Amino acid sequence: MDAILPLVFLAIMGLSLVLYVILDGYDLGIGLLLPLASNDEKDTMIAAIGPFWDANETWLVLGVGVLLIAFPAAHALVLTSLYIPVTVMLFGLILRGVSFDFRVKAATHQKRMWNRAFAGGSLIASVAQGWMLGSYITGLAPSPVNIAFSVLIAATMPALYVVLGAGWLLLKTEGELFDKALAWGRRAMPFMGLAMLAISISTPLVSETIRKAWFSLPNFIGLLPIPLATLVAFGAVYWVLHRRYVALAGYAWIVLGGTVLMCVMAGLGLAYSLYPYIVLDRLTIWEAAAAPSSLKFVFVGVAIVLPFTIAYTIFVYRIFHGKATSLSYGQQD
Amino acid sequence: MFDLDATTLARLQFALNISFHILFPAITIGLAWLLLYFRVRFTTTRNEAWEYAYYFWVKIFALTFALGVVTGVTMSFQFGTNWPGFIERAGNISGPLLGYEVLTAFFIEATFLAIMLFGKDRVSNRVHLVAAALVALGTTMSAFWILSLNSWMQTPQGHEIVDGKFYAVDWFAVIFNPSFPYRLAHMTTASLLTAAFLIAGVSAGRMIRRVDGPATALVLKTGVYLAALLAPMQVLIGDMHGLNTLEHQPAKIAAIEAVWETDRGVPFTLLGWPDEERRETHFAIEIPRGSSLILTHDPNGEVRGLDEFAGRHPPVAVVFFSFRIMVGIGLLMIAVSWSAAWALRRGGVPGPLVMRALSVMTFAGWVATLAGWITTEVGRQPWIVYEALSVAEVVAPHPAGKVAGTLIAYTVLYAFLLASYILTLRYMGTKPAKSLRMLGPLPAPLVSER
Repeated sequence: MDAILPLVFLAIMGLSLVLYVILDGYDLGIGLLLPLASNDEKDTMIAAIGPFWDANETWLVLGVGVLLIAFPAAHALVLTSLYIPVTVMLFGLILRGVSFDFRVKAATHQKRMWNRAFAGGSLIASVAQGWMLGSYITGLAPSPVNIAFSVLIAATMPALYVVLGAGWLLLKTEGELFDKALAWGRRAMPFMGLAMLAISISTPLVSETIRKAWFSLPNFIGLLPIPLATLVAFGAVYWVLHRRYVALAGYAWIVLGGTVLMCVMAGLGLAYSLYPYIVLDRLTIWEAAAAPSSLKFVFVGVAIVLPFTIAYTIFVYRIFHGKATSLSYGQQD
Repeated sequence: MFDLDATTLARLQFALNISFHILFPAITIGLAWLLLYFRVRFTTTRNEAWEYAYYFWVKIFALTFALGVVTGVTMSFQFGTNWPGFIERAGNISGPLLGYEVLTAFFIEATFLAIMLFGKDRVSNRVHLVAAALVALGTTMSAFWILSLNSWMQTPQGHEIVDGKFYAVDWFAVIFNPSFPYRLAHMTTASLLTAAFLIAGVSAGRMIRRVDGPATALVLKTGVYLAALLAPMQVLIGDMHGLNTLEHQPAKIAAIEAVWETDRGVPFTLLGWPDEERRETHFAIEIPRGSSLILTHDPNGEVRGLDEFAGRHPPVAVVFFSFRIMVGIGLLMIAVSWSAAWALRRGGVPGPLVMRALSVMTFAGWVATLAGWITTEVGRQPWIVYEALSVAEVVAPHPAGKVAGTLIAYTVLYAFLLASYILTLRYMGTKPAKSLRMLGPLPAPLVSER
């Protein structure tokens, strides 16, 4: 039990972070797309994420929380090394989070400022997250090659979020905005594809540990479903985005669904690449793990609470399913 | 005196972040219960004024909550970026308590707030009521866990230290450590008071400007009565908390009272200028035997002085003044809320002076809450875990310039956000109410916010 608990928490942390990328990803993506929309469309886009963004962001807190709870040594190492990108990301998240709420309440003439802050904050946060991911994959060792790698991921992370955002808009909007979402998705796709290809090719080049983990023979065949599923998902998303009649015929969900599948596959691939390390080549899962008594104490809570959390999250998504109308907070004063 | 090394800068930065953060939970913990009260009153009386009040305040709640969330996300990272040693060495205790906060509070609050804000056409009143109750419960659960951790850092127990690392031995003892019940009661009451003065202050402002709607008088009454009830209670709770601190952290009390030497029949210093270098208080206005009386309930009781804690007591002046600011505002709260309650009780509207005072004191809860936290947190120095782990031992080895740079950036951002928050509240609070709605049933297709 004592040896397995760190793995259980690793799985929970992985789940939280993948959920974060998917869920906050679509609302960050909508933030990135906001400057491209008309004023009325901006309101609809904001309405499409209104009931969800708070909870979406909470998955990041849970992910970092589990890192702190279960792997305190890694938490300290990762966050000390990523001091600057973490601070930059927090600035972005703060800006966009508050802009969201300020823009509907402030006087009309201030709305433009909050729109810009929302888009700007979303961009800052996504780029910083890409940078953090790149640094993390390369073991927090800032050599020139590794920095170049981080820059590459930082520059392409927004593309993934834009596709997720476009996918969400396809579910929540109709008419002109629906068509615009298709176009936005089409434009972002190549960049996302390029990024994924670049990451897949360069990760094994940057890290010998990862190269060995993937390209030794029985492993490679066993792992084949991961890149294959990603390719199929990519093709499906591409196909729907380029055929409006398919999207209109009720298959628009494939854009979001396919992108989500790609995120899950990327998460699995990354987990496999890093195992048994929590910080590549520096700290293993068991070296970083908290005391078994602490893990057990939290595990009881997680086992009871997390299923409920997922259940009521689904419950609320169901309540707010369907196309978004303009944001309404109940009656206006 | 201002030796701005990396540790001082890290402390300043953390202090800035956590002070800015606490402003928003200080409102939402209390306001969530007030919203539930509005909702319950609407459900039982069907008086639409209550629903009106609910929708006005739920918007302010959402804005406040959003600021609390984003600054709270910052906190979750700053434990690691600023105090990695604390996480490495005390992570076995702090991790689980923070984890329970995320699990039992954050998701509930964020998810069900969506129903409170956007659920009007989508869920029944019963579901809406449950959502409001869950959000209120969530905010309080959040306070429960984070205050438990903070209290453990003040009065640690239930652990053992092996090779410099903390291990939990008895979780019940860790969670319900000696200062926790007092701190929880003190902080939740502070939050309710903060919210009470906020709603009373904004309502008074609306009535002074004559932009009040049908619910304004009801909200004013709710805020005033709640404040009048809680403000004196808070003095009692604070006194009990103080006695608990005397038992477990006598150095903090010695600094608050500026008692330089252990003595009997110690006077209470109302005001003065504590001078740590000369170890005396200039211009002291004193109540003879006051400290002995308050702390030992005996005019000749012995009070331990700062001389007993040389080199390991907190900076005296900060704690001395912040404590007096907190108490001063508390007393002012009693005076104003009782005057207002007295007028309301007699069936009238409070006079212009009292109304003006309520309006001025809209954010009085913030000042008192911050002053209280500065007292207790600075009063814990130089320890991060009282008498077990010092702040200097756990600080991150960042160059001072890096920390100073981010500190300046945070200060600018927070100043901007605070100004925006207060101006937005002012804007919402001074917009004329569309009281026409009270004439008929609420409009079915909701007005979008444009």
